[in-house]
Amino acid sequence: MKGARRFGISLRRREELLGYLFTLPFTLGFILMFLYPFIQSIIFSLSRLEITAAGYDLIPVGLENYHRALFVNAEYPRHLLETAVTMGRDVPLILTFSFFAAILLNQKFKGRLAARVIFFLPVILGADIILKMESADYMTALLDGTVDQQMLGFVSRGELRELLMYLKLPEVLLIYIIQGAERLAEIIRNSGIQILIILAGLQSIPPSLYEVAEIEGATGWENFWKITLPLLSPLILTCVIYTIVDFFTSPTNPLVEFIDSYAFGGAGYGISMAMSWVYFLIVALVLAVVGGIISRRVFYMD
Amino acid sequence: MNARSIQRFVWSIIRGMIVISICFVILRPVLTKFVSSFMTEWDIWDQTVRWVPRSFTLDNYRAMFEFMRYPQAAWNSLVFSFSIAAAQLVSCTIVGYGFARFRFRGSSLLFGLVIFTLLVPPQIIVLPLYLNFRYFTLWGLLPEPGLDLIGSWWPFVLMALSATGLKNGLFIYIMRQFFRNMPKSLEEAAYIDGAGPFRTFLTVMLPGAVPALVIVFLFAFVWQWNDYFFTSIFMRDGTMLAHTLDIAAESYAHAMGTTLTGQYISLLNNTGMLMFIAPLLLLYAVMQRYFVESVERTGIIG
Repeated sequence: MKGARRFGISLRRREELLGYLFTLPFTLGFILMFLYPFIQSIIFSLSRLEITAAGYDLIPVGLENYHRALFVNAEYPRHLLETAVTMGRDVPLILTFSFFAAILLNQKFKGRLAARVIFFLPVILGADIILKMESADYMTALLDGTVDQQMLGFVSRGELRELLMYLKLPEVLLIYIIQGAERLAEIIRNSGIQILIILAGLQSIPPSLYEVAEIEGATGWENFWKITLPLLSPLILTCVIYTIVDFFTSPTNPLVEFIDSYAFGGAGYGISMAMSWVYFLIVALVLAVVGGIISRRVFYMD
Repeated sequence: MNARSIQRFVWSIIRGMIVISICFVILRPVLTKFVSSFMTEWDIWDQTVRWVPRSFTLDNYRAMFEFMRYPQAAWNSLVFSFSIAAAQLVSCTIVGYGFARFRFRGSSLLFGLVIFTLLVPPQIIVLPLYLNFRYFTLWGLLPEPGLDLIGSWWPFVLMALSATGLKNGLFIYIMRQFFRNMPKSLEEAAYIDGAGPFRTFLTVMLPGAVPALVIVFLFAFVWQWNDYFFTSIFMRDGTMLAHTLDIAAESYAHAMGTTLTGQYISLLNNTGMLMFIAPLLLLYAVMQRYFVESVERTGIIG
């Protein structure tokens, strides 16, 4: 207080200055380490880059890189479409599974702590280098293959198919569930953080709400739809965005691998930048649309 | 025995089966590596061997220990990840505190930019960043062609100190949430006692934020250890564990003067991957509570 008066500035002004001071590392970092390269990458995508003795030269080529990425390159549009389809298919599966797992882990049972520790393990083990090596690994393919044929958990593929047929589900849904079950391992391993977020959300719901509901005679099913889901809806938004971002920046994503191979494989920095930008803009669009739709339905208690 | 308790009993069995099978799916990659690491090539060809090797061997470990240059590389990774994580912790804590406690014009915009850095895939900015570090002119202050920082720790140190390293946006977010939830009366008391804002931050706020600091540090450490995207690009001939793991099987074959079968490479790689994740598993075993309860402890939800 004394210092403030000595320099003749108001408390309000002083608080502002401190705010700028404390956030200064990020402000500097954002401008120099993020915004600057971010703008450069736009310029790169519109140029041809040539390494010279004294550095590098940029030769402007207009939209040529974009044209080549989208209309000349045979593989890029296919990768783009496949990635979009995979994302559309996996995000709901990951969310459903995370929800299910979080509710499971929120119940009281023996070994709950151990189960939580294991469920969260993939977050620790998701190293780029490990994922990359595993995807090309012989033993992983061999042992995973053996297990998948024998069982998905405790049910074999054939049995699952029969069970679902018996339920008389619509065919589209049937195929979706079976495909999901076949990718179960991947879904589970990509759900660590989401489970954690939803689990913490579940624990923050006041128990009194469920007590009231029980007195009123509500069933567990009704509780889920009327209490749990609405109160968790803000977290669902967080999880959806996290899942999408996690998916499209993952180094095992085939499209990311493809773009990386262009950037550092010598085929041209410019075209790889153009590919990244098209990809980024599509994902940004997806995020905006999905975020917009969900945030309209989000329910806030206060 | 009434109907309700039977129902509960049946559900607890089903739940146990589900939890165990999910745990198995998650642990399977670790199990695969573990059993493969003790196998010889004969075990792969032996049709009766799936999970338990018949001819148990430690040769894979011996080979990888040597060709990953394990003690040296693990030490390098440890020191590197520890230092970078510490730098990130310092910068993100300061910035997070700035966002949590000071009102200043543009603070919500600036915080929006923090979130924005999380949404933009690193693939977009990594190439311009690489060129900026390759021909480092301190953004125009040094004469052309500038310094070559590639291969040094500088790119990582600069990014960590300016809170723009790996997922630093998330760390800023965590610290901001945590400081926000701390009672304001703590600081007010310190201010009344005549402490300035910096002393208050260091002596009052930081000790109270230890749980969040531990979590941010653990995540920063693990992600830095696991990172191969930036380290493979910014360090030319890397001496980190991820680098040596990547080429160990190759250099083994080179040293032996033979070509190895894909199967044998797989055994070596699985052993190497296990040795790569072993320190993390150890860390996780010791600190699992911090990881598993991180979301609750930091109050991300609130």
